[in-house]
Amino acid sequence: MHGLVNKSIQCFVRDTYGAATWAAVVREARLGFDSFEPMLTYDPALTEAVVAAAAHQLQRSRETLLEDMGTYLVSHPNVEALRRLLRFGGVGFVDFLHSLEDLPGRARLAVADLDLPDLELTDTGPDCFALRCRSPLRGVGHVMMGLLRAMADDYGALVLLDIQTGSGEGEGDVIAIQVLETRFAEGRRFDLAARAG
Amino acid sequence: MDGAPFDSTIQISTDALDRLMPMHVCLSASGHVVACGPTLRKLATGTSMVGRWFFELFEIRRPGGISDLAGLRQRVGSRLYLALRGQPSPGFRGMAMPLADGQGLLLNLSFGISIIDAVRRHALTDADFAATDLAVELLYVVEAKSAVTDELRQLNLRLHQAKTAAEQQALTDTLTGLRNRRALDIALTEAIISGTAFGVMHIDLDYFKAVNDTMGHAAGDHVLREVAGMLCAETRVGDTVARAGGDEFVVVLPGLADVARLTAIACRIIAALNEPIDFEGHPCRISASVGMTISSFYAAPIPDQMLADADQALYACKHAGRGRALMHQPPTPARVPALTLHITEA
Repeated sequence: MHGLVNKSIQCFVRDTYGAATWAAVVREARLGFDSFEPMLTYDPALTEAVVAAAAHQLQRSRETLLEDMGTYLVSHPNVEALRRLLRFGGVGFVDFLHSLEDLPGRARLAVADLDLPDLELTDTGPDCFALRCRSPLRGVGHVMMGLLRAMADDYGALVLLDIQTGSGEGEGDVIAIQVLETRFAEGRRFDLAARAG
Repeated sequence: MDGAPFDSTIQISTDALDRLMPMHVCLSASGHVVACGPTLRKLATGTSMVGRWFFELFEIRRPGGISDLAGLRQRVGSRLYLALRGQPSPGFRGMAMPLADGQGLLLNLSFGISIIDAVRRHALTDADFAATDLAVELLYVVEAKSAVTDELRQLNLRLHQAKTAAEQQALTDTLTGLRNRRALDIALTEAIISGTAFGVMHIDLDYFKAVNDTMGHAAGDHVLREVAGMLCAETRVGDTVARAGGDEFVVVLPGLADVARLTAIACRIIAALNEPIDFEGHPCRISASVGMTISSFYAAPIPDQMLADADQALYACKHAGRGRALMHQPPTPARVPALTLHITEA
């Protein structure tokens, strides 16, 4: 698993629950080092061990943990850069949904060996979509649930989400998305070129 | 301002349209392709698009449910995601707008994210893109970025290797916080150079493997850390307590070369280690064997020789039934009486 993915799990645990919790996760997962390097690639078993250790340390289910991580990726100030990149997806939440299929390709433009979850969006009706997520990381659909929920808040949209966890190999998780209101709340401000100064 | 009312429709030759929008498609009222741009023509290898029904050539993936011109007309002005049927290429994005005749539609397409793939697959050049298109700039940025990233990746690897090497060269055993093997060698060399007599103890845990096997590695790690604490408690501040690997520890005691005193210290250590160590409510029972030597046995002490001799004395302890401390016996006429000590549990 790419170091960036591992590092984001690490930052999520550290920023949300503190350095002591991360140290406990490191010990339980028997990492042998205390921090992931973002530009190295690691054995997927390590990622699995870290997720399991974090769930155990925090006494939470794997699903809840992964969903909270998805929310963290969009809403925590330490990872604002990521939220900005996601907002490049479109001016509204529905545009953003349509941009998701391009996300792995866009990420690869920046980091050639970064394999994000494979995302496939289909229209299932007026304002209804199904997002299929496939990844070697089991339960990646829950990360996307948290991420979508936080992005809907970011755009000020009101959405209903429901996940069907994939059972078979390579089947992936499917998230049913119903957009009830695209301008439900104010949402957070976003300018394409906001970095100057 | 005066004159005739301005006619908001414009006319343009297909030639000019080809230059301005090299990936356009003109559709008739029935949804058949009337004309298409040169870049698009390049993609449809072997066949001509003109005259074919658009929806047979292209699949509109999103928005869903568009399968004829009436459907497409309802999505005029929306962003479309399309793919050429029967081609593995990732697809296009595009937009459709009505033509002035009120019947047909004009679509303009672009590669979107799949541009790099498309350029490679279809050998596209600068001439295949509109003069206003930033495609070539994007390709440039991606290439430049990749070159820089490769450099950084290699730097990253070098730094990572250097960090790993530095960690190996560091002097602390990460599990117990004791000194490590490298620090031990340094301490022994320093003790020899200092010229004052010193003692060396080689401590090996008994029954440690059983703890590891029956109670797990976490219990084993816990025991090693507890042992480290006891060894520090039973020795002086200036002594070097090192974990030499696995369940083996070595203590260097500068200025202490008295056989009886060393034996007494070893005895205390064994007694302390005979006490069960609690791990999450379960007692872990271990013991220890100690082999010793002192620098006064050697005319010119050598670290490896002293460690080997202490190890041999340790082996003799194990042979004699564990839980013992033995001093190395120098081959020269016995200057030191053999002292054996056997600790029995109370």
